[in-house]
Amino acid sequence: MSMARQTTLFNRIEIAAAWALAFLWVMPLLYALWAGFHAPEYATRFDLFAPLTLENFATVWEQAPFGRYFFNTFILVTSILVMQFILCTLAAYAFARYEFRGREVAFALVLLQLMIMPEVLIVENYSTMSKLGLVDTIAAIGLPYMASAFGIFLLRQTFKTIPKELEEAARLEGCGPMMILWKVYVPLARPTYLAYGLVSISYHWNNFLWPLIITNSVETRPLTVGLAIFGAPESGVDWSIISAATLLAVAPLLVAFILFQRQFVQSFMHAGIK
Amino acid sequence: MSEHKGSMNRVYGWLLLLPAMVFLTAFTYYPMVSTFFVSLFSDGTATRPSVFVGLENYQFLLEDDIFWKVLVNNLWYAAGTIPTSIAIALMMAIWVNNRLPARGLVRMAYFTPTVLPMIAVANIWLFFYTPEIGLFDQIGSVFGFPSQNWLGDPELVLGSIIVMTVWKEAGFFMIFYLAALQSLSPELEEAAHLEGASRWYIFRRITFPLLMPTTLFVTINAVINSVKMVDHLFILTKGGPDNASSLLLYYIFEVAFSFLDEAYASALTVVLLVVLAIVAVGQFTLMDKRIHYR
Repeated sequence: MSMARQTTLFNRIEIAAAWALAFLWVMPLLYALWAGFHAPEYATRFDLFAPLTLENFATVWEQAPFGRYFFNTFILVTSILVMQFILCTLAAYAFARYEFRGREVAFALVLLQLMIMPEVLIVENYSTMSKLGLVDTIAAIGLPYMASAFGIFLLRQTFKTIPKELEEAARLEGCGPMMILWKVYVPLARPTYLAYGLVSISYHWNNFLWPLIITNSVETRPLTVGLAIFGAPESGVDWSIISAATLLAVAPLLVAFILFQRQFVQSFMHAGIK
Repeated sequence: MSEHKGSMNRVYGWLLLLPAMVFLTAFTYYPMVSTFFVSLFSDGTATRPSVFVGLENYQFLLEDDIFWKVLVNNLWYAAGTIPTSIAIALMMAIWVNNRLPARGLVRMAYFTPTVLPMIAVANIWLFFYTPEIGLFDQIGSVFGFPSQNWLGDPELVLGSIIVMTVWKEAGFFMIFYLAALQSLSPELEEAAHLEGASRWYIFRRITFPLLMPTTLFVTINAVINSVKMVDHLFILTKGGPDNASSLLLYYIFEVAFSFLDEAYASALTVVLLVVLAIVAVGQFTLMDKRIHYR
């Protein structure tokens, strides 16, 4: 009896703690919503009956070329994703189903990129891009990320689970290797593509350091870099405006996340277990 | 037929691999090697071409106070973020895995920082840390604490950066624990429960040991993050005051792109690569290979 009461009391405290932590974790977003939709005089004053306004968003849209930044980010994220899918699919197929000299060494070399990511090699990659004449292009932002060890690894694991009999059957019907890849492997690995795609999109939508280094004009800058320049303390904009700009920049991904929450979480889980 | 064999297929395997290998060579292997070479030369200018200087850049590095400061900062940053974010992540996963009212909402709340760009949320945290009007000072003043210059005080700034990083990472790591918890068999815990074991005992003796592979995997991720997560510095502190919050990668960025000293930046990058190599070796000796890489 007393034991059971203890557990419920403990459970209640635990539930309260879990909720409190959840509240803490969304605090920054809640604040951004508050400040973004209220006039600047309410940025640091919390009044439930303060009038809502869209003024801040209008100001942001006027003061900085966010439309262009959105476009750049969209092009960047899509082109990286398409290239990653192509390069990783081909390499993963080779690792999963072909036997060739040096396969193990090549695979170990690929895995090296899990550890030595492009962020670490910014200095040399910048000089490579300037030799190639690609500084300040959207292509230069994406190139170092297109062959992704993570993607190759993930797809290889998936391809390895696909029964070889399916491939054999396709071969008997006269399919060549590329046809088999396209007709058998790719469709069966769809959940992995979805998982990897979501992880990749959120990573590159949010990526900052390398894009900051390699771009220097409105025509190439992605949202994150545009936002950093817009919100820099020396540009002297107020909290309401910065909150509105921040919300604008995160909105597409955040809305997608809220709508497909289960997908997102499951995808990250799927990508995590491998 | 087991696998593709024969000379034709051997060529085919390499052909499939070729596109990815070209990209990896150009943007990972080549820069790794050339970083090392560049670090052995002086920095060239228009009037003074670069010359071979051997280990001079490294000598400079050993005498560079900022380098040592940044390295120590980075160690504190790692020590502050890795265990804390992992512990919170594990706690979150256990809560969300249990029967909890509004579980979906709570899980979503924990995970939200993961989908938000560091650079964007740093804007909000900058406000939280603002003296007097910021959220932390407003809450503090209710309890009678004096106002603090969270990001301007060299004693507090690294701690403030660590708090924000833990907030950003924990929900991401939670996912891995959640996945692992869901794959554990519930019978084990039920059996222990019937034996009268306490929840803490079950966690300590059954759940936690079974989660060890996940903990190692998450730890590696956390270590890598402590090296590469510097985005928020650009908004919050720019490494200041007086480099009190600067980290190795941020310092490399400054040396290369603000002070334009490519040779020295390369020497610093080599240090970073060595650190990552040590982590990699540690990973392979520590980690049970069959768990994640087979």
